[in-house]
Amino acid sequence: MFKYYGKYAPYLFLLPAAVVLIVFFFIPFFQTIVLSFLDYSNNIYTPSMCGIQNYVLLFHNPIFYKVLVNTFLYLILAVPILAVVPLFIAILINQKIKGITLYKILIYLPVIVSIVVAAIAFKWLYADQGILNYLVTSLGFEKIGWLTDTKWALISVVLVTIWKGIGYYMIIYLAALMSVPKELYEACEIDGANFLTKHLTVTIPHIMPTIALVTTISAISAMKVFAEIYVMTKGGPLNSSKTIVYYIYEKAFENLDLGMASAMAVVLLIIVMAFSLVNIFCFEKNRYQL
Amino acid sequence: MKIDSLKKHITGFWTHTILILVSLISVFPFIWLISTSLKGNAENIFAYPPQIIPTDFTWANYSGVWKRVNFMGYFFNSMIVAAGTVLLNLILSAMAGYPLARMEFKGKKITFFAILATIMIPFQAIMLPVYLITLKLQLVDSVNNIAGFIGLIMPFAVSAFGIFLMRQAFLGIPKEMEEAAIIDGCSVFQVFWKVLLPMVKPSLAVLAIFTFIGSWGEFLWPSIVLTKEAMYTLPVGVNNLQGMFSSNWRFIAAGSILSTIPILIFFLAMQRYFISGENEGAVK
Repeated sequence: MFKYYGKYAPYLFLLPAAVVLIVFFFIPFFQTIVLSFLDYSNNIYTPSMCGIQNYVLLFHNPIFYKVLVNTFLYLILAVPILAVVPLFIAILINQKIKGITLYKILIYLPVIVSIVVAAIAFKWLYADQGILNYLVTSLGFEKIGWLTDTKWALISVVLVTIWKGIGYYMIIYLAALMSVPKELYEACEIDGANFLTKHLTVTIPHIMPTIALVTTISAISAMKVFAEIYVMTKGGPLNSSKTIVYYIYEKAFENLDLGMASAMAVVLLIIVMAFSLVNIFCFEKNRYQL
Repeated sequence: MKIDSLKKHITGFWTHTILILVSLISVFPFIWLISTSLKGNAENIFAYPPQIIPTDFTWANYSGVWKRVNFMGYFFNSMIVAAGTVLLNLILSAMAGYPLARMEFKGKKITFFAILATIMIPFQAIMLPVYLITLKLQLVDSVNNIAGFIGLIMPFAVSAFGIFLMRQAFLGIPKEMEEAAIIDGCSVFQVFWKVLLPMVKPSLAVLAIFTFIGSWGEFLWPSIVLTKEAMYTLPVGVNNLQGMFSSNWRFIAAGSILSTIPILIFFLAMQRYFISGENEGAVK
């Protein structure tokens, strides 16, 4: 094909997007790193260089460890469920049955609704004299302090994330299931395989890349959880539901300790970048090939 | 044969039972919220056993919360931000996707990988400098409302996802289209605007819908930058209900449901884009 465009045309087309990405992604990215080496604790307007002091303080801060543990607990609780349950539902929906569209709409509904509304709805379910405690007590157990008990707060918040994610990952799995050749199932059925063996031997191996993709995406979004915690617990009680993004928010915008907040942000950056690299190089290669 | 069809019925029964159960779990929190929002003051909302159907049925909570809270204002603010974000994403992503798909130029590889790198940078990790920059550019609501809206929009005006989506769409167009247009005397901008853009409408639609949903639900950024109640978007306004009506759950429930109606209508109208599975992985 002949070259029909001028020498500068490609750059002109790229310019607007480049300006936005430079101002709101790349500069902040480097600034985060720079800020993490500054000390804001004496004066917010005239910070001083302090080397790695923020990192040293951070790794001597028991709350930070608590927050890291919480964040990884969040991940460990949410990711396996979000990788498995939506797959199971997708397999059920991927049959010729009545009402598929209605099921899909209802199960997808939590994805579409604002996380703030979802968190408020769950806060109401979790109320001390709420409907969940009615269920628990009528089953003969003690009332649970869903959002007020240090043992339960994190789990209660994770449940919201899981509830809100199921429909999203179900749709991703459905798309993958459509690509499994039907003949394989037919062969299986002739062999007399039951539901479980059929899916263990055909479906799971075939959509392994999608399972891995869902695992990394849900892990990345678990690392970034914020709104659920902000609306429901503010990280409490006693930091028991505080995760890293909430702690960064608190340090930066409530305590105005910009240096410390940025040091934590760098930790978050490193973790998320590691997950993303796995994601990009292993599962989404095709989409991002030059 | 008979056993076979019996077996089919049994698996069908279990499939429906499980799917109905999952659907119920998905909608129950909303049903319970709706139920609470329709209960009058004469009814104990903490009654054991809980009542799904209100005995003291009333719309008063809706009219009450509507009078005290500026929902129309929140709605318009959300609309302005979402519309601006969608429009900019469409224009900027298409413009950037075009040369990446169709042109050869110096620095293409670096540009490509730089855009790819932004996928790995979570907004949550850089939000503090983004805020400082937005302050420095005076794009906050304390300057004036228009600046406030621009500040809400700009950090999300373009995304790597959108650029790659559009690039992929342009790659799918046969090159003869451009050649014919050039021979007819079109400039490169005319080729882009009049020939190529109309051909990638389906991708533009997908990008618009998912950008809209993302922008509509965005909570973290507006709750950082907004200072004036008059500028609140719906999620920020709804979160604020909790403080306004501390333990008046009837009002909080009614307000939450009210705020959900617009996105619910949007979802039902556009549902095929979301649940067909063709656009998997488009949100977030």
